[in-house]
Amino acid sequence: MSDRPTTPDAPEIGGDLAAARPPLGPLFWISVGWLGLNVLGAVLANVLPLVNPLAQDYNFINAGPSLHHWLGTDDLGRDILSRIVFGSRVSLLVGSGSMVIGFGVGMPLGMLAAYRRGRFDAVVTAVMYVLLAFPAIIAVIAVLSFWTPRTLLKIIIVIGAASIPLVYRVIRSATLSIATREFVTVAQVQGARDGRIIWRELLPNVAPIAVSFLLVGVATVVTLEGALAFLGLSVNPPTPSWGNMINESRTILSQNPWLAIFPSIALGLFLLSLNYIGDRLRAHFDVTEVKL
Amino acid sequence: MTETTSPLLRVRDLSVTFPHHGHTLTAVDGVSFEVSRGETLGVVGESGCGKSTMGRALMRIVEARTGSVELAGVDLTTLRGRALRETRRRMQMIFQDPISSLNPRRRIADIVAEPLDAWKSAAGAEREATVERLLREVGIDPALHGRRYPRQFSGGQCQRISIARALAMRPELLICDEVVSALDVSVQAQILNLLEDLKAEYGLTLIFIAHDLAVVKNISDRIAVMYLGQIVELAPAQVLYDAPAHPYTALLLGSALEADPDQPRERTVLQGEPPSPLDPPSGCRFRTRCPDATDLCAREAPMPRDVAPGHRVACHFPRRRAD
Amino acid sequence: MSDQPLLSVRHLSTTFATPAGPLRAVDDVSFDLDAHETLGIVGESGSGKTVLARTLMGLQPRLNVEVTGSVQLAGHEVVGASTARLRELWSSEVAMVFQDPMTSLNPVMRVGRQIDEVLRVRHGMDRAAARARAIELLDLVGIPSAAQRYRAYPFELSGGMRQRVVIAIALAGQPRLLIADEPTTGLDVTIQAQILDLLDTLRAQLGMSVVMITHDLGVVATRTSRLLVMYAGRVAETGPTGDVFRHHRMPYTRALLESSPKLSNAPHTRLAAIPGQPPNLARVGPGCHFAPRCDLASDRCREVAPALEPTERPDHLFACWHPLRTPSETPGASS
Repeated sequence: MSDRPTTPDAPEIGGDLAAARPPLGPLFWISVGWLGLNVLGAVLANVLPLVNPLAQDYNFINAGPSLHHWLGTDDLGRDILSRIVFGSRVSLLVGSGSMVIGFGVGMPLGMLAAYRRGRFDAVVTAVMYVLLAFPAIIAVIAVLSFWTPRTLLKIIIVIGAASIPLVYRVIRSATLSIATREFVTVAQVQGARDGRIIWRELLPNVAPIAVSFLLVGVATVVTLEGALAFLGLSVNPPTPSWGNMINESRTILSQNPWLAIFPSIALGLFLLSLNYIGDRLRAHFDVTEVKL
Repeated sequence: MTETTSPLLRVRDLSVTFPHHGHTLTAVDGVSFEVSRGETLGVVGESGCGKSTMGRALMRIVEARTGSVELAGVDLTTLRGRALRETRRRMQMIFQDPISSLNPRRRIADIVAEPLDAWKSAAGAEREATVERLLREVGIDPALHGRRYPRQFSGGQCQRISIARALAMRPELLICDEVVSALDVSVQAQILNLLEDLKAEYGLTLIFIAHDLAVVKNISDRIAVMYLGQIVELAPAQVLYDAPAHPYTALLLGSALEADPDQPRERTVLQGEPPSPLDPPSGCRFRTRCPDATDLCAREAPMPRDVAPGHRVACHFPRRRAD
Repeated sequence: MSDQPLLSVRHLSTTFATPAGPLRAVDDVSFDLDAHETLGIVGESGSGKTVLARTLMGLQPRLNVEVTGSVQLAGHEVVGASTARLRELWSSEVAMVFQDPMTSLNPVMRVGRQIDEVLRVRHGMDRAAARARAIELLDLVGIPSAAQRYRAYPFELSGGMRQRVVIAIALAGQPRLLIADEPTTGLDVTIQAQILDLLDTLRAQLGMSVVMITHDLGVVATRTSRLLVMYAGRVAETGPTGDVFRHHRMPYTRALLESSPKLSNAPHTRLAAIPGQPPNLARVGPGCHFAPRCDLASDRCREVAPALEPTERPDHLFACWHPLRTPSETPGASS
């Protein structure tokens, strides 16, 4: 084997291409930090030095930001900062919980259908497309209107179920583009079992797409919760959520604009950072985008 | 050693069909041949002649409609489940696209070790050592490059890695499907030489599928020429080149572009294009482009027959050696 | 010899700004092409041959690309010309045929219309005249029953037929120079031979010059009058095709020839492979780019790039510090 030429100039190409991979950038880490702060606030809301979000302070009704109430109070004298932090619990729970359901069901189905193709794919895809044809928002509104009393769990289940066909479609097409590549065929003929191929060959390639879609999905659901709150179909007051805080502010917008502005900023920044993180991650991990 | 005399691979009447918008497309049409142990069989033909599909049918990547594929006496076409996986690991296949053949998100060392992991045939230090040896044998430095990802390698190097992975199972038969056609000439020569070396070292039997006649001639002991799903001629490489019996083979040789300015320009170039495999001509498939075709060719499909020992041709009017 | 060559390229360089630093894809290339001549430009991937072709056409994007030197096409300067000026040249002086006919044709437009379009927009023909001329062109490039194929969509045609359509479009403006970039790569051997024969026939018939860019020495061996062998952006050797094949002086040219498999080789002929692979142009040293793969390379090769030097044959130039002896100089010395 000594006469067989090794290839000393190999790393050159790699070095350059690795350098050309788009960096995540400081804004990405700021977004991650903000998101972390949101999650931390939601988890630790009870132990944080916040006033009770339901407690009414009759000295401050519809007050603007002050030292007592940093972000002011609402028409019942409740602290807005406290309500935003406690409200993030609902938003985050609905967002992440429904995506757990959506991805938990949609992702395995989508990957399996794209890998197996054939009859399994045909049947599942047909069912999913029928579900997709029905506007998800109408379905969610219809179910939540009748399925009373509305609890957080029910909202999560309904939104989660409605997201399954969407997740399925994205994951299936992402997997399909990978499953037709030859390295999958090679793994098959070398005797790898289906489970191993899905786990070792397909998942690492589908995961980056799934993660960025998941983040966008959470953002969408948080917005959806806001929309449902607008229609009075989210958690019942007085439990705060970003959505129903904005909703409640509607009637007294002229007297106390802060009531609308602060939850909107909280929601907006949350969505912005989620979408930005998702987008950067996709660009960063997309191998096919790494070209000169 | 009785096996050395019997062929390693025996293919009988292999056909592959695909449904195509309500029609049936016959990609491979009743192909029969044998490959002896240690031999290299070249398969040439134009695109759409079914050579790649045939290779995939041998591996059961696509299912055959009829026929049998026997590897050392075991018929692959009837096997299922574990028995199929066991037998199939004795043959391996390498594909044309070196980039698509490697998982972009796995390290080179893990890609080569995958068959070992899948079969749990080696672990720990033994696994490491095997991977190192395989990479070294294909000319990739394991210490320097083992932890890199496929995108950091050129096409030729990716093809080397594919070869290392195929060899991990110590296969007896290696099917190479256009493995050098995406590579530069200088790199192509490296890979061809590497395959010859490894063939000797591992005692491999090769089926080398390619569209490039010169490449196939350089590596093969015998060559099968395919046209519209059928083998029209099968002969030792040198015989095929010196005395092609089938008009198609002769015209294919005439169309080949040689890197030689002294090559005569006055050649008969094959005119027209292959007909659609959805609607093949009656009788002999080649008759629509054949200069020698007669009424007989339109009526009756020629049966393969031997014009010399080991020289089989499917033609009513085979050309004879110009003595 | 005519007084002025149709195409005159002088010290042409094309440099890309990349994240990894400047990348000189074409490095100081000079050559002339006379009318009715066919020049073959041969090189492996990364040799800069395709970038050279696009630079000759003025097709480089303006962003992150620097083109220096001069390209005189029938007396017009291409380097630095305005888009409007280039458009005039493209319609009448030069046309290009790309490798992949599927991507150079509009998939949702009938092929006849695609030829019509060129004739009507660039040459102001009316609908009927354009149609008649389009059918004439389809006929010229050997498409059977041209009047019917006029109404075909690209996907209804085979690869060879599509490439013929692309050639017909290129010919619509009656260019004096046709640049063909890998025109037959990806086509079957039999179709390849047909297309190359067609190009040669058209060249003679229409009095064009052709620049044929390819990685395949077989394509240029019998169909070009002169050759330009490129390696890593530079001209390694150039001269009359026969001389370059038979009396090459640059080791790369020899390596390229010897590593191509030949039909006349006996089975299991060991090919003289070149070790390693073409270099990354963003990271090349100051010397000869082929030095890392060359068995004759010395320290001088690694430090100083050789310039093109003439041989005793007219028009035959090579760039090497350790040129090979040719059989004519020292009979029997070649290996």
